[in-house]
Amino acid sequence: MTLLVDKISFSYPKKDVINKIAFSIEQGDYLAVLGTNGAGKSTLLKCLNKILKPQSGTVYINGIDSSRLKGPELAKNIAYVPQSYDCSRKTVFDFILLGRKPYIKWSVNQRDIDIVENVLKLLNLENYSMRYTNELSGGELQKVIIARALAQEPKVLLMDEPTSNLDLKNQIEVLKTVRYIINERKISAIVAMHDLNLALRFANKFLLLKEGEVFAFGDATILNSELIKNVYGIDVAIEKFSGIPVVIPI
Amino acid sequence: MDINKDKELLFQYDEYKKHIIRKRFIIIALLIATIIVFFWAINAGAMSIGPKQVVLAILGLGDTKSISTVMNIRMPRVMAGVIAGAGLSVAGCIMQNNLKNPLASPSTLGISNAAAFGANVAIILLGAGTIVNTGLGEIQILNPYIVTICAMAFSIGSTLLIISLSKIGHFSIQSIVLAGVALSSLFSAGTMIIQYFSEDTTKVAAVIFWTFGDLSRASWDEIMMMGILIFGSIIYFIYRRWDYNALDSGDDTAKSLGVNVERVRLSGMFVASIIVAVIVSFLGIIGFIGLISPQIAKRLVGSDNRYLIPASAIMGSLILLISDTLARVVLSPQTLPVGAVTSFLGAPLFIYFLIKEE
Ligand SMILES: Nc1ncnc2c1ncn2[C@@H]1O[C@H](COP(=O)(O)OP(=O)(O)O)[C@@H](O)[C@H]1O
Ligand SMILES: [Mg+2]
Repeated sequence: MTLLVDKISFSYPKKDVINKIAFSIEQGDYLAVLGTNGAGKSTLLKCLNKILKPQSGTVYINGIDSSRLKGPELAKNIAYVPQSYDCSRKTVFDFILLGRKPYIKWSVNQRDIDIVENVLKLLNLENYSMRYTNELSGGELQKVIIARALAQEPKVLLMDEPTSNLDLKNQIEVLKTVRYIINERKISAIVAMHDLNLALRFANKFLLLKEGEVFAFGDATILNSELIKNVYGIDVAIEKFSGIPVVIPI
Repeated sequence: MDINKDKELLFQYDEYKKHIIRKRFIIIALLIATIIVFFWAINAGAMSIGPKQVVLAILGLGDTKSISTVMNIRMPRVMAGVIAGAGLSVAGCIMQNNLKNPLASPSTLGISNAAAFGANVAIILLGAGTIVNTGLGEIQILNPYIVTICAMAFSIGSTLLIISLSKIGHFSIQSIVLAGVALSSLFSAGTMIIQYFSEDTTKVAAVIFWTFGDLSRASWDEIMMMGILIFGSIIYFIYRRWDYNALDSGDDTAKSLGVNVERVRLSGMFVASIIVAVIVSFLGIIGFIGLISPQIAKRLVGSDNRYLIPASAIMGSLILLISDTLARVVLSPQTLPVGAVTSFLGAPLFIYFLIKEE
């Protein structure tokens, strides 16, 4: 078992956001976290790697209580791609090198450099290494941010709406890349997303949040039109198109 | 498997190495420039000594008059410039990074004004200084220790106040800057009131001279103290450089990289503020350098703190040394207030960099 989430709850001073969320994923899983705006997707992701500290509940990584891990140790296990990004001016190489932060003691060593090069290669970013991050397109930047997360050599990759600023081609490319990395690196990913069709196409597990609680959790078979109506409040039909389920609003 | 690709990768890494070497080269060039200015600064003054004599005097050779001029008068002043310039600039660099605000600096955070207020209390209320008219308007601080101690007490006090306020009130980083600005104006209002009600105008004159900032004010002991403090702090900042790089990418990202954001920020701000408090207490206010020289350094070597921290420190020394030497030679034998020269020199330079960047 890679990640076990045991009834975590989090509230801001004046607002309960997520309540007793529990689920688990294993190596190779591609978990789509679904739900309307404000359902608590971002909050949940942030609670998984202690960007926010849940008031109750526990996250276990390979059986270890994550609250017992020090910051850098946790960062070696879980990497995070934020929903929005304020981009300072750095070369892509330096930016990805920052992913080595949890490993750097006094200074960068050859292994850190090698890993950055490998990640550049893995994501076909070789020609970008000397470009500046504030001069990239949305899709390019998103890939670079994913590359930085991969340089952490995580077991679990958390991504908060990684495709929300991208065109269709880039959306598919980024999500495909994630699938490819999951297989290649034998890791798992938890991805908050909006597009049900893209989720159905790439993910193998689904966590539906409604008002901060788990409404449903399981594989693609749980996604039926009744569930979607309950979560999103719209009527949909689900049809198969060359073997892939497609959600159509009606 | 794909040899061509590996070759290309190697080429990319070579490009990156070049990029790194260029930054190192700039830092070395700045260092060399500082060393050259260092000798110029020791050489410049009423009694012209000559570069050869300067070197000899530093080594303790040559005639006694040169040795005494160099070692007792010029060397302390120049060393104070090197140390204070580096300290103020690196403090500004860390504050700007930690608070993600290019306007964060010793003066905007109220530390300088707090020190000035302390000096006012010491000189006007406690009678620790007055002015003696020696024709040049020489300042005479009767009890420099009281002035230094008061200045330090207030500046460190205000630093701790801001830091604890932000901790207790869970201030956002923008609020910390704003609280600093508020505190700064509070202290300058306090200063105004003290000066307004002072019966003794010579004391007001003395305190105004104090605030002007003067590199010749510190004794060797004080210079040593500043030197050790600032050297230690720069090592600490360099040790933290990757944490500061992570902070550049936003708090959430930094946390996800395992950085203890609150602790790094709190200790960075604390160390930077102590540096400033000590410098200002010993030397008076030297404005603008903490704001501008890290910004100029950033335009030369970029925002990577591996290079930015040393470059800021050296840039600060360089600008302060040039400013102080110009302050001494431009209207010789009159010495201009170094803080004014820093701004006269720094502002146009900074604007030039801004224009070039567009
Ligand atoms: N810093 C905050 N303070 C108070 N409430 C917040 C804060 N951030 C988010 N929230 C609230 O928490 C709820 C969940 O937000 P979020 O996790 O961002 O939802 P999602 O990512 O699913 O759109 C929302 O109702 C939002 O208003
Ligand atoms: Mg969100």
